[in-house]
Amino acid sequence: MYKYNNFDEDFVKERVSQFREQVSRRIDGSLTEDEFKPLRLMNGLYLQLHAYMLRVAVPYGTLNSAQMDKLAHLADTYDKGYGHFTTRQNIQYNWPKLSDVPDMLSELADVGMHAIQTSGNTIRNVTADHFAGAAADEIADPRPVAELMRQWSTDHPEFQFMPRKFKIAITGSPNDRAVTKAHDIGLRMVLLNGISGYEVIVGGGLGRTPMIGKVITDFLPQADLLPYVEAIISVWNRLGRRDNKYKSRIKITVHEHGIDKFRRLVDARFIEIRPFFSGIDQEILAKIEKQFAAPEFKIADTKGYEAVRLINPAFRSWTDTNLKQHRADGYVIVSISIKKHGATPGDATSDQMRVMADLARTYGHDELRISHEQNVILPHVHKSDLSKLYTVLRTAGLATANIGLASDIIACPGMDYCALATARSIPVAQEIAVRFDELKIEHDIGALKIKISGCINACGHHHVGHIGILGLDRAGVENYQITLGGDHTETAAIGERAGPGFSADEIVPAIERLVLGYMDLRSSPDETFLNAYHRLGVAPFKAILYPQEKANAA
Amino acid sequence: MARSFTPKVVTANRLIQGDTVWLTANGYWSSDICEAEFITDAGTAELRMIDTETQAHLVAGAYLADAVMGEKGPKPIHFREDFRTRGPSNYAHGKQAEKVEKNV
Repeated sequence: MYKYNNFDEDFVKERVSQFREQVSRRIDGSLTEDEFKPLRLMNGLYLQLHAYMLRVAVPYGTLNSAQMDKLAHLADTYDKGYGHFTTRQNIQYNWPKLSDVPDMLSELADVGMHAIQTSGNTIRNVTADHFAGAAADEIADPRPVAELMRQWSTDHPEFQFMPRKFKIAITGSPNDRAVTKAHDIGLRMVLLNGISGYEVIVGGGLGRTPMIGKVITDFLPQADLLPYVEAIISVWNRLGRRDNKYKSRIKITVHEHGIDKFRRLVDARFIEIRPFFSGIDQEILAKIEKQFAAPEFKIADTKGYEAVRLINPAFRSWTDTNLKQHRADGYVIVSISIKKHGATPGDATSDQMRVMADLARTYGHDELRISHEQNVILPHVHKSDLSKLYTVLRTAGLATANIGLASDIIACPGMDYCALATARSIPVAQEIAVRFDELKIEHDIGALKIKISGCINACGHHHVGHIGILGLDRAGVENYQITLGGDHTETAAIGERAGPGFSADEIVPAIERLVLGYMDLRSSPDETFLNAYHRLGVAPFKAILYPQEKANAA
Repeated sequence: MARSFTPKVVTANRLIQGDTVWLTANGYWSSDICEAEFITDAGTAELRMIDTETQAHLVAGAYLADAVMGEKGPKPIHFREDFRTRGPSNYAHGKQAEKVEKNV
């Protein structure tokens, strides 16, 4: 894992002390709110419905145990004993006091963390595959490049006042777990004649105008990555619409100018700026790569693991859903579900954070990841340690066996917290999860992605959910629209709107009807919801959702 | 003819705590919407918003929110403003859990 050098440390501490001064000038009245707002946003501090909210970056979703312990400490000391993990691999604190925030940032700096550029029209936290460095299907660990981009983009003078925010995601695997096609720039590592480079995708995004990103180049050598990304952002920074907030993202620029023209402009800019990259970035990258060297994997007997699996059905169920294949023999990737039925998706208590930190220290080579699906990952666990680990997770309420199932729901904070929201999303997620748990059918349902956003900005990724739910305000009442057939993977697709929205009372029964209806429609228990949708089209699913209309038409 | 005016209250978040507050007729900020000044004409609404500019040391993000008069005092109309009087629905946090302080 990357460890701050003296430069990083000095820089982040300097930023904290600047912000401390800014906060005290706001409190003593020398700064108005209009003057202060852009300063606080630069440091990740929002004003929400009930309180301030501090958004802390978890760079490319990677944490060590000391950092996780620090997040727990902040939750206890400055908040209400919990934190909320987000779809951009960040953590949000919902109740900090303005006067405490400089201390929070100072404590974060002590463990190599910050909240810089977690808001504002800047390059945001670079997100990565949450199985990076561990997945069996990976070409290489994408995190060194993500760290290089973090360093390059932080306080980059050209990119502090862009038309709008800018989000980059990176994956080293052909199986895209980082939603690269729904980012301003998506980077997918590819091999060409044994040399690794990147497929660069540009102009993807969700929100008001969802778009799947377009390939701007299918192979970019590693050494050209930084200048090429800089060229893309530079072209958009000049062309992007500053006159209309809703047309300012790069997806609109690419759409309005066309990918071919946009590519020509980027290529021209790239030729201009490439000579200024003397190779220092590659030297820095080489140093960063050393810090991301894989841990020393142990060799141990896994017979005990198999034996416990045979005798303990709850453990077996958990291993069936929450483990993924690791690249090292005897190891697995453990997903810890932060989606206990009825709990708030992505919320972990400080006690749970400490338990996870401790497990990472004891069994996980000191590494943790936050997934964009709002779960926590222990990327390197040996099978021989799994039953002990499971016992600890169970005691902490962290052993829910539902990864990738109906109750593993992405939900944004919605109108329970967010000032932009038009409806609540958390209670809908809670009720759906509880309902499927009561029915005891989610393992039978199989792979299903339900994603809920509380407004059109789509932080809950509803457009790419197999079932997407969008909460809106319809004439002063919460109303929920359903989209169907979205896909967040390498075969990314935007879901299709099913029809009129449902009231808060109707939405959970509608989802239940839809899922039960799918189980009747599927050709076999192996046919997933998404596959059934692709085979049958939207019509039978609409008929299930709107039985009355079908009856009226008859 | 002037457009009909929907009654309003002035609301904001307290500068340091960030919690929701409403402007009372005597110029204080209360944690209880029932104590808010019920504003029934556009002229007063405009004046109160100008006044809030002098309150930057106490509150942030002041705005006018639609309200109706209830038995105990003004009540919110929109569900967003109703949530702001209580707190989130997933935990007993915020106003619903805390003693309501009368004035700041």
